[in-house]
Amino acid sequence: MTGDAPPVAIRAGRFSALVERRTVAVSLALLGVALLLAFVGLSHGSTWSTPPEVFAALTGRGDSAVVILQWRLPRVAAALVFGAALGLAGAIFQNLTRNALGSPDVIGLDAGAYTGALVAIAVLNGTSAQLATGSVLGGLLAAAAIYLLSLDSGLSGLRLVVTGIAVNAILTALNSWIVLRAELDVAIAATGWNAGSLNGVDWDELHLPFAVIGMLALALVALSNAMHQAALGDQLAVTSGVGLNRLRLLLVLVGVGCTATVTAVAGPIVFIALAAPQIGRRLARAAGVTLLPAALTGAVLLLCADLVAQMLLAPVALPVGVVTTAIGGCYLIWLLIREVKRR
Amino acid sequence: MKARLTARDLTLAYGDRVVSTQIDLDIPDGAFTAIVGPNACGKSTLLKALVRLLTPATGAVRLDGRDLAAHRPKAFAREVGFLPQGLVAPENITVRRLVARGRYPHQSLLSTWSPDDERAVDEAMAAAGVTELAGRQVEELSGGQRQRVWIAMVLAQRTPYLLLDEPTTFLDITHQYGLLALFARLRDEGRTVVAVLHDINQACRFADHLVAMKDGRVVAEGTPADIVDAALMRRVFDLPSIVMPNPAIGAPMVVPTA
Repeated sequence: MTGDAPPVAIRAGRFSALVERRTVAVSLALLGVALLLAFVGLSHGSTWSTPPEVFAALTGRGDSAVVILQWRLPRVAAALVFGAALGLAGAIFQNLTRNALGSPDVIGLDAGAYTGALVAIAVLNGTSAQLATGSVLGGLLAAAAIYLLSLDSGLSGLRLVVTGIAVNAILTALNSWIVLRAELDVAIAATGWNAGSLNGVDWDELHLPFAVIGMLALALVALSNAMHQAALGDQLAVTSGVGLNRLRLLLVLVGVGCTATVTAVAGPIVFIALAAPQIGRRLARAAGVTLLPAALTGAVLLLCADLVAQMLLAPVALPVGVVTTAIGGCYLIWLLIREVKRR
Repeated sequence: MKARLTARDLTLAYGDRVVSTQIDLDIPDGAFTAIVGPNACGKSTLLKALVRLLTPATGAVRLDGRDLAAHRPKAFAREVGFLPQGLVAPENITVRRLVARGRYPHQSLLSTWSPDDERAVDEAMAAAGVTELAGRQVEELSGGQRQRVWIAMVLAQRTPYLLLDEPTTFLDITHQYGLLALFARLRDEGRTVVAVLHDINQACRFADHLVAMKDGRVVAEGTPADIVDAALMRRVFDLPSIVMPNPAIGAPMVVPTA
């Protein structure tokens, strides 16, 4: 498309940036949709709250304040923040691999993080700190395994993705085996959570993950220019001054950090990381896989999927991962067909 | 002859496969150097070593007497710009956005589009003749237009050194000469240009300094008038030829007789 208005230069003091009008418009629209869905999420429960009730509750007044602020709000906030984190993780790995299929859920990082969390429950006591550490370590080990297995072909390309799909299959099998072999109470705890679920999440579980995701997002903002520069290819990245090895290491750490933090609380929620960056990119028509549209699309997708999960078979709340898998599976098939046709 | 960029006793290899040995080279400051030689003679590999894309197995490449590895990445990228072959643009990128990527080594976290950046991008697009393509998607362009956009990108980097790997490939003959004339103009403005060129006559016509390579070694080096003769053509390219002065400009002109 050539019809878009030219980008706008924004300068103030030492700050300067070139901003695409369409990216701003799309981001604002996505933010609007996210807030609207959040409002629906706050209203929805065993009985619907009216908008005045929700507003009253948000300012701490009204009869339903406890229900809305302590039960519904954490779930809505978790969907928004986790969705954004997954969108960012997807954007990072799709940039690193230069491939739309190269997202953490497809290449086995979610599964690896979940393996780490399962080991933390089955072997240790499974406190939330152990879960988080186990998830991060599991994700990093999976990333290291994929890296070593696809070393010949470099860090980019379809071969790395195919290696990752194989690693994902192995880890998924390993996860099932751990659950089967575990003590009954551990197995029940793990199964309720292995599809990826936000059911029953409360504020106490969310403080630490939100802080971690916030810090990772800040780190990512600092890395984003270099990340987009690296999309020009290894040679131009190096000769234009990107410290490529350091950048890749930091990006993998941030990407795995986002994925593992979400997995530690909600289990492996797949397909948000795969789909959000690509949908965001198409909406914004931006160059390469951009971060802000990916994060906002991720938030909208996860919140939407969680609402569907709650309403579909109400009063039974499905794990949100079931919904994202169903939607995302169709998307993955379409994407695979397109990738194969391109070659 | 002064040279800030020097190579001493290089052995260049990809893993165990040695491509080049015993390379000693001074890149003359402010001159247009052309590297010529048959396919797979190590021209591109040598360029990679000069821009720190390849660490020499032995020997050292130095800028201002310091090993390239000792230079900070962004500081080095403000000195030396490089245009490799076979580039693929990110999806959906516009010409102006792509050219702006050349400004990366001049930018910081907070400042990614300073007035200097804007000026450099405008001038680079004008110099490469792509100003009217500014809003177009790079994917929609022809091969020749795309090549000029990449040239504009590396020009926007505004480096004293400009190294280019076969920059005239994919261009029609008009644009080939336009580009070579542009490099000569940049040289006249004081920049140092190093290009791998395929066409020996273009190299003789535009370059001040010629480096002829064969089988990974530098076999001759000097001004075109001093080194290009039928014997060199036979030795480097295995090509029988007559070498005569170019009637238009007097530089050597190679007429193959094979």
